[in-house]
Order: sequence, then structure tokens, then C-alpha cells
Amino acid sequence: MAEKLLEIENLTAGFLTVGGTVKATEHVSLSLDKGQTVCLVGESGSGKSVTSLAIMRLIDYSGGAILEGSIRFQGEDLTKRSQDEMIRIRGNKIAMIFQDPMSSLNPVYTVGDQIAESIMLHRKKGKKEAHKMAVDMLRLVGIPAPEIRAKQYPHELSGGMCQRVVIAIALACDPDLLIADEPTTALDVTVQAQILDLLRSLQKELGMSILLITHDMGVAAEMADRIAVMYAGIIVEEGSANDIFARPSHPYTEGLLKSVPGLDGSRGDELYTIRGNIPGLSQLPVGCRFHPRCPHAKDICREKSPPAFRVTEGHHASCWMYMEEGGAAAWKNESKPEVSR
Amino acid sequence: MNAEYVLELRGVKKYFPIRSGLLNRVVGQVKAVDDVTLSIRKGETFGLVGESGCGKSTLGRVVLNLHKATEGEVNFNGTDVQKLSGQELRRLRKQMQIIFQDPFGSLNPRFLVKDIIGEPLRLHERMTEREIDSRVVELMELVGLDATRRNRYPQEFSGGQRQRIGIARAIALNPEFIVADEAVSALDVSVQSQVINLLMKLQRELGLTFLFIAHGLNVVRHISDRVGVMYLGKIVEVAPTEELFAKPLHPYTAALLSAIPRPDPTRKRERIVLQGDVPSPANPPSGCRFHPRCPAAQAKCSMEEPQLRELADGRQVACHFPLDASLIG
Repeated sequence: MAEKLLEIENLTAGFLTVGGTVKATEHVSLSLDKGQTVCLVGESGSGKSVTSLAIMRLIDYSGGAILEGSIRFQGEDLTKRSQDEMIRIRGNKIAMIFQDPMSSLNPVYTVGDQIAESIMLHRKKGKKEAHKMAVDMLRLVGIPAPEIRAKQYPHELSGGMCQRVVIAIALACDPDLLIADEPTTALDVTVQAQILDLLRSLQKELGMSILLITHDMGVAAEMADRIAVMYAGIIVEEGSANDIFARPSHPYTEGLLKSVPGLDGSRGDELYTIRGNIPGLSQLPVGCRFHPRCPHAKDICREKSPPAFRVTEGHHASCWMYMEEGGAAAWKNESKPEVSR
Repeated sequence: MNAEYVLELRGVKKYFPIRSGLLNRVVGQVKAVDDVTLSIRKGETFGLVGESGCGKSTLGRVVLNLHKATEGEVNFNGTDVQKLSGQELRRLRKQMQIIFQDPFGSLNPRFLVKDIIGEPLRLHERMTEREIDSRVVELMELVGLDATRRNRYPQEFSGGQRQRIGIARAIALNPEFIVADEAVSALDVSVQSQVINLLMKLQRELGLTFLFIAHGLNVVRHISDRVGVMYLGKIVEVAPTEELFAKPLHPYTAALLSAIPRPDPTRKRERIVLQGDVPSPANPPSGCRFHPRCPAAQAKCSMEEPQLRELADGRQVACHFPLDASLIG
């Protein structure tokens, strides 16, 4: 049995607004083993970033709060820690990289200074030694001529290089968990390929776990051991990467996979679409949140929100179809490609 | 002039001057588009792909004469767009339209939706308000929007719906040719497929010709009849879509295709990971612009610039050593 590094249970996090509390994630449960990569997949507004901010307890600074649930990291509950204690964990044991490399770096400090900063803070090293380690980190993330690059400012580096620097900062203190929030979304495909390769090889080298947040099913397929699919604040399906891609079991996951045009097979045909739009968090539908867009919606879906049902071992879907054994098979048979505009 | 082509570009260049210093002297040129020759047939969708900074959007704008080309000809139905007078150009604008990437930035937030869609009609056609209104209703229905919502502001619509508003505006004048500049890139996947289907439906029904600019290769493959690949201001390969994806001839195309993450975890990785970053278009490498990153580069590549040449029917490539040697005649 692999060692559990992170266990999120029943996490509900949200924002306090004039119109009341908006719950951005509800009853999210997720766990991550040591050395594993888990992908959180979903479209915009599905609550994947809020989940990551909650783990880091950064949500407190974004006008939000954890309303319910626990986040156990290496056995201790992060929701019970004070922000002072979190400072020692953030950047040290849990590190995070963000989507836009250009805006996550400080434009008025050299990249070497920015890497050295966290080394000096968390590892209590002197300035000189920290700078030496910063250069080593730049070398580790594959930046050519690291001694020269360390003295440069972010604007002198390309987007891909900046993302490497951000990764170097995140990994400088040898974290146990790396949260990567859309790390390659702002990059071109050829640079994305470089960064994904880099993350994979660093993971092998350093033995850290990665929580990767992405909207791209392709990226998830390349990186993930396990995948959790989020829709409108809840995890609708969770399972191993192979299960999710070979047997997508929630109608949303299936729709998501089918609506992306492939690179082989027929082209020019009408694409599968999920009808309608993603609901706003303040006007969530009653019952299953996906039911207004679901081609298989039944009466129960409009009334009650489904719990996570077991599909196979280690594969769960929050869909009423799985209420009774064999429900899934029946659904697959009636499943017709629904095509709207 | 070949009648089957709607658009023909010949040797089109677009340089942006770099100015610097007290006297604002021109110290260099960003060669955003450098010597592009290209033809688009009537009724086809021509996909233009490439990474950011390769000049694909600039080319799209030069085609519409939103940027004046530094050099070269842009022939639209046989007339050089660059040489037209203001009035003639205005008439031509009815036939060529653009759909922008950002559904948030491209719609005026102070305009009602009916005014956004009706604006081209107001500018170009002599129509009464009632005629405009009924045309707006017709257009909104055509793109799948609820026409009763025409008296609302764009912020009341979702991203996908806003993109539909942008599309309705683009087709309002029954244009012949539309440049879709990253028209679906900003949308979530479940909405993206709806908009792609809409664009394909409109093309069939209205007989449109598309220049579809995008960096999402799977989308380009789905929608395009032919694809052009750009790298640092140059077209490096042009081919019918299926052939390009099945058998790329230029090493850059091959690397680009192999870099796309596939939604299949069981697939073996056979990726060509390119070294380094795209060089600056202000100071492109000598010879073939791709040679410093090319896995197959040889001495000749750094000295001599390869020209775009036709190797087989409809397949053009600018490379000294194309990947399929059997095609070199």
C-alpha cells in the first residue's frame, strides 16, 4: 500500500459575497500517494483552481474561506494550521506553479535573486550559498548558461524559460508536493512538450508528488496516474488514467472526450457537443449539476444530487446511473450521439 | 489570375520598424511576415498554424488590409487590395470579414447586441431600422442565439455565446471570405465544439471561404481542407490536411505534430522535442530559419535559404532535406 501524502476529505470552499456564500467547490474528496501524479481536469469555473488554493490555504487571501472538510498533508490537517504555520509549509513542503510564467515572476528582481529568496527563507542559508544553489537549480531545470541567466531579469527570458525559472523556484526547497496550476496553458505546443518532459524527469529524480491542474485532456493523459474530473464545483468522476480514457463513466467526461476533434479518424464531420453552457456558481441547477446538459437525465437527476458510486475498483462516478448494479451497461446501450448546433 | 482562387498572395512582406533613441531612428525591422506566397481557393477552409510570434495573425490582417503590406501583392478576386482607393476598399470590406479570438475584447460593452450585429448593416447597406432589426433576428437565429435577447449587452452572454455574436456580425453582410483569427481558442472544450460545428455549417450553407488561423492543431485538422504551417514569418509547408498530418515533409511540421498531447494514456511517446525557443523575428537565423532547432540540419541549411517548392501534387515545402526522400524529383 502506497503512502498517502495528501488526503482531501469533503472539502467545501467558497467566497463570501454580498449576495451570500458562493461555494466554488463542494464535498471534494481526493487523495494523492507519494510519488504519484494526480490530474484535476475541468473547464473554467469548475473549481479546480479553488481546490488548489484551498490546499495552500491561499484562498484566505483571495476573499474566500474553507467552509467544511479537512485537508490532511503528511498526517496533519492543514485547515487547522494558522497562517504563520502555513508559511513554513508553503514553498517548503508544498510548492506551487501558476499558469502565467511572466506574471508570477517579479519583474524588478533577477531570476537568481528570486530563486535564492526561498532558499534563504526556508533553508536558512547565507546569501552567497543560496545564489550558488540558485544557479544549480537553473541548471537542473535545463537552462543553458545558468550563471549568466541567473543575473538576468524575467523580461530578458522567453515564456518557456520563465516557466523553467518558476519551476526552479518551486523546487528549490525540495517540496514533497508540487501543485501545478495549468503550467503549460500559456505556452506553445513545442515548449509545452519540453516543460512536460522536464516535470516528468524531475519527478523521477526528486520523488515528489504532483497535483496537476489542467483543462487539456491530452496533457492529463500524458502526465497522470489518476484523474479527477471536476464540473461546477464537484468531482464527477475519479479513477486511474487508463480507466478514465478507456471507460469514461460520467456523461460529462464522455462528452468532454468526444467533443475534442482527434488527430486521426474522420474529419469535417459534425463534432459531438455537450449542449448548453457551463452554469454560473450562483445559479447552479438543483439535483445533479450536469442534468440540464446531460443527454441521459432522468427524474431523479433533477431532484437529488448523486453521491459517488463505485464503477469498478478505484473508479468512481457521481451519476445516478450507477445506483444499481448494471445500470451503466444499460446506459451505454441507449447512448446515442446527441448532436445540437 | 486563376479564377478558382479567391485570394492570392504574392511575395507578401510585413516588416514593423523598431525605433529607438532620442531621434526615434529605425534601428531594425521585425520581419513578422517575410515573403509569403499563398493562394486560397473558393469555398475552401485554409488552416494556418504556427506558434505564437510566427506571424500568422499579422498575415491575416495584411490579407484584410488592416495592415498595409511592406511589399508584395494581395489579390482578392483579381484586384490588388493594396492599390484600392478608400471608397473602393470600403466596398470590398463587405466581402471580407474577420472573427476575432477574444469574445470579451472584440465586442463593445456599451453596445446592445442588436447594435453590434447591426452595425455593419448600418454602415454598408441602405436599410431601414425595421429591415436591420429583422436581419439581426435572422442572423441570431442562424448562429443559434435566442433572438429575444437582442436588446441586451454582451456581458450578459457567456463566452461561447459572445463568440456567436462575433460570428453573426461577421456574416451580416454576406461576405465571401472570412478570416477566423483563433476564433475558438479562448473557449472551453465543451463550447468549442459547438462553435466549430457552427462555422462548418455556415460554410456549407453560405459558401464561405475561410482563412482559419489557429494554434490548436486538432481543431485545424478537423475544419481545414488545406493547411499551411508558418515558422518565423515564413510558410514552411502547405499540403492537403490529411496528407500533412499523415506524412509531414518539413521537420518543423513533424515536431509540431508530435508535440501535441494525445488523450490516450496507453500511447507510446514518440515525441520529437525541439531544443530551445523560437528565435526573435527581428534577427532571424541565416539560411533556413529553422536550422538551429532542426534535428536534421546540415551545413547547407545555415547558408542557403530553402524556397517553397512543389514536391508532389499540392504539396509544397521549404526544406533542403524534406522528410520523405521519395518525393524529391
